[in-house]
Amino acid sequence: MKNIFLLPAILFTLLLLGSCSNDDDTPELVNEEELITTLTVTLVPEGGGTSITLSTQDLDGDGPDEPIIYVSSNLSAGVTYNGSISLLDESSRPAEDITEEVEEEADEHQFFYTVGSGLDVTVNATNFDSDGNALGTEFSLVANGVSSGILTFTLRHEPNKPTDNLATAGGETDIEASFTISVE
Amino acid sequence: MRIYFLMILLICSFPLLSQDCDYTLRGILTDFHDGTVLEGATIIVAGSERSFVTDSEGKFIIHHLCNETYSIQVSHPFCLTKGFRLSVTGDTFKTFKLEHHLEELNEITINGKVVSNQSKTLQENIINKEELERYSSRSLGDALANLSGVSSLNTGNTVIKPMINGLHSSRIVIINNGVRMEDQEWGAEHAPNVDVNSISKLTLIKGAGALQYSGDAIGGVIIAEASKVPFKDSIYGKTQLGVGSNGRGMFFNSELIKSYDTGWYTALQGSIKQFGDFETADYNLSNTGIYERNALLKFGLNTYDIGFEALYSFFKNEIGILKASHVGSAQDLLRAIESDQPLVINEFTYDIDAPKQDVTHHLARIKAYKRLGGLGKVKFQYDYQKNNRLEFDIRRGADRGKASLDLELDTHTLRLDLDAKTSNQSNLKVGFMGSYQKNFARNTGVRRLIPDYDKYDLGAYVIGDYQANEEWLFEIGARFDFTKMDVFKFYRTSFWESRNYNQQFSELVVEDFGSQILTNPKLDFNNGSGTLGIVNSFDEKHTLYFNYSLTSRIPNPSELFSEGLHHSASRIELGDLSFNSEIGHKLSFTLERKEDKFSYSINPFINNISDFILIEPVSTTSTIRGTFQVWEYRQTNAQLLGVDLNATYVFNEQMQFNHQLSIVKGQDKTQNEALINMPPVNTTNEIVYYNNKFNNLRLALQSEYVFRQNEFPNTNFEVYIPNTESYVEVDVSTPPPAYHLINFNSSIDFDFSERSILTLGFQVTNLLNVSYRNYLNRMRLFADDLGRNFLLNIKLKY
Repeated sequence: MKNIFLLPAILFTLLLLGSCSNDDDTPELVNEEELITTLTVTLVPEGGGTSITLSTQDLDGDGPDEPIIYVSSNLSAGVTYNGSISLLDESSRPAEDITEEVEEEADEHQFFYTVGSGLDVTVNATNFDSDGNALGTEFSLVANGVSSGILTFTLRHEPNKPTDNLATAGGETDIEASFTISVE
Repeated sequence: MRIYFLMILLICSFPLLSQDCDYTLRGILTDFHDGTVLEGATIIVAGSERSFVTDSEGKFIIHHLCNETYSIQVSHPFCLTKGFRLSVTGDTFKTFKLEHHLEELNEITINGKVVSNQSKTLQENIINKEELERYSSRSLGDALANLSGVSSLNTGNTVIKPMINGLHSSRIVIINNGVRMEDQEWGAEHAPNVDVNSISKLTLIKGAGALQYSGDAIGGVIIAEASKVPFKDSIYGKTQLGVGSNGRGMFFNSELIKSYDTGWYTALQGSIKQFGDFETADYNLSNTGIYERNALLKFGLNTYDIGFEALYSFFKNEIGILKASHVGSAQDLLRAIESDQPLVINEFTYDIDAPKQDVTHHLARIKAYKRLGGLGKVKFQYDYQKNNRLEFDIRRGADRGKASLDLELDTHTLRLDLDAKTSNQSNLKVGFMGSYQKNFARNTGVRRLIPDYDKYDLGAYVIGDYQANEEWLFEIGARFDFTKMDVFKFYRTSFWESRNYNQQFSELVVEDFGSQILTNPKLDFNNGSGTLGIVNSFDEKHTLYFNYSLTSRIPNPSELFSEGLHHSASRIELGDLSFNSEIGHKLSFTLERKEDKFSYSINPFINNISDFILIEPVSTTSTIRGTFQVWEYRQTNAQLLGVDLNATYVFNEQMQFNHQLSIVKGQDKTQNEALINMPPVNTTNEIVYYNNKFNNLRLALQSEYVFRQNEFPNTNFEVYIPNTESYVEVDVSTPPPAYHLINFNSSIDFDFSERSILTLGFQVTNLLNVSYRNYLNRMRLFADDLGRNFLLNIKLKY
């Protein structure tokens, strides 16, 4: 009978000691691997001229700090721009380029462009996945007339492709960035 | 044994003529357990063929004995026959003790009541084996939800979390085969890791009635246990096979038990369950399959005065989470809510894809007991649990297929208990327990939801009861727990500073990594709990129960340390490092009538909880991924009020009517608003036909009516939608309408062979294929609940 009590008691002590011995280990720091902190849109005017940059940066991810939004200058009416989108994780050193990952998984990602009322621009994707459906990390933007309003870029992960309707696309939003821009 | 007797017989049969053989042995035969005298026992003196019978006072006299060692065999109709060796030196007096309870134990086993009441002054609700077998293909939560006062908080239809009188998760303690489950129960979307097929009885105590296990069960205690193995040479078991139409799945369960009349036994049980995508009345619920595997092995010795048992159980469950519920920002959530049907509906499949959960739970336990005459039963138990929870989200790049959450929780517990019968009218239970728990969160490339911690618990309790007379019984108990937590937690620097923790808790900082800070909080909690109860059985049919219980619960790790996006809820959740323990005061009163014709119980209760921890929305925050609602934990004073009603009317031997009604109201007393996720009023009515002359045919038709929850906090919020350039309200709080389900249940027995019975069961749930949504299902924002399900079940008992 005594043995019955003794055995687990010894076991328990051993386990307790065993688990105490590595107590000094502090846990390893986790950097969010899939975090996207920065979206940069570069608009290069066809036929030359100064490029325009739109960017949003949120270094603490879903922490309390709000994203910082930057628009370099106004667009010119009647000009067509070749647009490209770059995604970075600047929380890791060196900053990681997420655009590559998105382009590698083109069939599971899509950028949507939402042109707000008042803004007179036309945006269309110019790069596509292997099925010929829009990916949209590259696009063309035609600044039609003098106007201003909000332009929103939305990156969806696993939308129901093909689609151009954000409302029924489904999937999960990875990025939603709105910029107030003016065409002059 | 027989040889031993024969040898003694031989030795004793040598007549030693030189001796004077005229001595007298007087004796008394009593029960080992309570000392009552045993009448009518036969006493045989080996070698002499002389037998004697004890009188009404348990006494006997044997004349003409020598100064010699004798072998005496004592037998009694209700006891195991026992041999004694006895030296006679002159006239001798001797008390013999027999284990009178063995026969009773067997009887108890047959009746299915193997364990004495866990609490004497709280009415217990029990689900027996037959009832549990109807839930073989489902879960513990489904079986429990059948009791009045119990609902379930669901995530889809496979993560079923029991809710007692409106409380769930850390406020409910589950005892599985004598072990307190430590399976990350703090999470609202973490179902209990208990296989419903591994247990044969479920006891529900709606209060802190079981102080021997815990003092923090503010909501209640659920005790799951296996049936006791009888004292006889036997081998028995059962095998069940079931198929279900909804989810196109099957389950298989088999168990085998070998027992010996010496008290040794061994048992083996295993089950497997697989279902594919379930469906509502109208569409497929994509990625809602389940694949569950369980095994249990135990062996032990169970005699009246000593015993031990070693047990190991394994539980593994892979659960798909509705694809359409995987949303990013609040804008995504809005779209999902506004769509009548889920935004992702694919073809039926058995494959379980991300998002999903994959949980493994190991439980090993050794227990032993010894009955010390005069003192009581001393029990020792050591248990070890290892819980590994993996949660998979839809990930990108190299992280695809890798878990987002990987928590490993190890718990060691030692217990020492003494159950003493201090007099014929009173009992005393005292005990100590110590436990060590370690949580380890593996680096998954996603910030830890729950930090690494070590937790130490020490507890002691004492419970006494006193049966004053046939009418009155009193019970009183107290428990004290000391808990120490040693935590390593990384905070985001921006959060640490926005909360002012850099001023308040600057001494906790271990290392500054720039954007993150490593801290080492050390938390101590001293918690007291107690119970006081009275039972009055004022006539043969009626009993009144009154119970007051005081419970204290330490904040769980998510309440203390949450800080970031909770993906499955698509909201940011923030805990608070400075929380103290929740204190519950529950008053419960039950009037019970038990009679052949008409039985009922009425159980009103009031539960006042100070420093009640709840989570509520406080604001929205913009991130690069869109807008998220921010939910913060807060402490307040809460009150839960309600009544549970059960009634049974027996028309005749064949027909019976059952009724259940549960009402609960929860209020945040500080803010004067309703508590979130309170079960709506619900009532179940059932008519049962049973014929024991016709193969135990049982037919039951059940109506389940769930009212709309009209009392809820408004947690709606507005988000900006770029498409329409407007702010739109996201309605996350309005409860769905009332619904009515009809279920049918039937079974019939056949004699398969001389010693085995074949039972065929046929069930239909949601017979009318109603489309409905359940307020307590977290998936209600995205999809309807389950449509009709046909379930066929074959059981062979041998």
